[in-house]
Amino acid sequence: MSNARKLADNLPTEGQLSGRNMVINGAMNVAQRSTSSTGLGASAGYFVCDRWRMGVNSSGRLTMSQTSDAPDGFNNSLKLDCTTADTSVGGGEYLMLNQLFEGQDLQRIAKGTSSAKKITVSFYVKGNGNATYMCELYDNDNARHATHQFSVTSSWTRVILTFNSDTTGAFDDDNSLSLYLTLWLHSGSSYSGGSYTASTWASNVNSNRAVGASSFFSSTSNTFQITGVQMEVGSQASPFEHEPVGVTLSKCQRYYWQTVGSGPHYYATQYSAGYRFIQVDFGQEMRATPTVTVSYASGASLTNYLINRQHWKAYLAANYDATASYRSDSLKLDAEL
Amino acid sequence: MNITKAKHNKFEGQDTGCVTATIDGVELQVPKDTDNRHWIAIQEWVAEGNTIAEAD
Repeated sequence: MSNARKLADNLPTEGQLSGRNMVINGAMNVAQRSTSSTGLGASAGYFVCDRWRMGVNSSGRLTMSQTSDAPDGFNNSLKLDCTTADTSVGGGEYLMLNQLFEGQDLQRIAKGTSSAKKITVSFYVKGNGNATYMCELYDNDNARHATHQFSVTSSWTRVILTFNSDTTGAFDDDNSLSLYLTLWLHSGSSYSGGSYTASTWASNVNSNRAVGASSFFSSTSNTFQITGVQMEVGSQASPFEHEPVGVTLSKCQRYYWQTVGSGPHYYATQYSAGYRFIQVDFGQEMRATPTVTVSYASGASLTNYLINRQHWKAYLAANYDATASYRSDSLKLDAEL
Repeated sequence: MNITKAKHNKFEGQDTGCVTATIDGVELQVPKDTDNRHWIAIQEWVAEGNTIAEAD
């Protein structure tokens, strides 16, 4: 193959040349919360790699970790290890990995217009053996979806899935949830009992969402690893768009931020004769006013006050006392979708 | 989300704009922001017949 041919094959056919990847932390390099979490499965949430949510309804349990086992050119992958199997699958069961997107970041797709673009999703996957899972794009604004099965083997494989354009149902141009990119890893008949048509958008039918997908919870031997996730406009999967980890971290911190280490972190200062307060200005304006989880040093409980997308304040009614200091030991801010 | 408790917050008699909620076993300070996923979940919890307790 000529060099010109190779170059042409790797160039995007639509959209810009940089900033193509709509997925944040697709290389799984940022894990602010934890690099490993065990016994997961009782509830949904964000546990390890930033921006990657786990949805679950099953008696199966798993360990999720950020691991250095990754294909050439990558430092990390997100790994799921089944630790408790669930072979009696109820109709409403599921296990999914999601990334959730704001509508304002999806306008380039022009969904719901006559100029609607195709979307190509690509990623590297590896398991303990052969399995088939489902990748779904779910339009939360218009209750529409499109699905594409993909295969996993015991070796790293790059999966490339192109979804048709959809001229029905535009994404809202705001900071709310518009799209789920979902990998279905376990599903009961309520989500898998229907029919499968690859790549084509349609009004949501729950039973069509994970047809033909294997069950990750079928055995405690099962593993699932993923990295290099990219979602871009057009029908061409361009090479994964690597970026400095600081750039990825900054993108992630629009949704989640926490102090590093056990503290002490922020001391309350005397604001006026009768009040002390802590103020923390966020390094990155957050998507929405965040939920705050804070722990204070013993005897230093303050009241949260005036939280917004840019800063958090907490107050305490107390006169100056040279012998008393008040501080927070950890702070977590959550504005995830 | 498994919400087991929610209570309005006041400081010096003034509403702080947050509720203290226990969600999935963790105590959180949740802002009354319609874009916040925890506040959305609390609204759904209230719609199911639960009540956010008044501040002390």
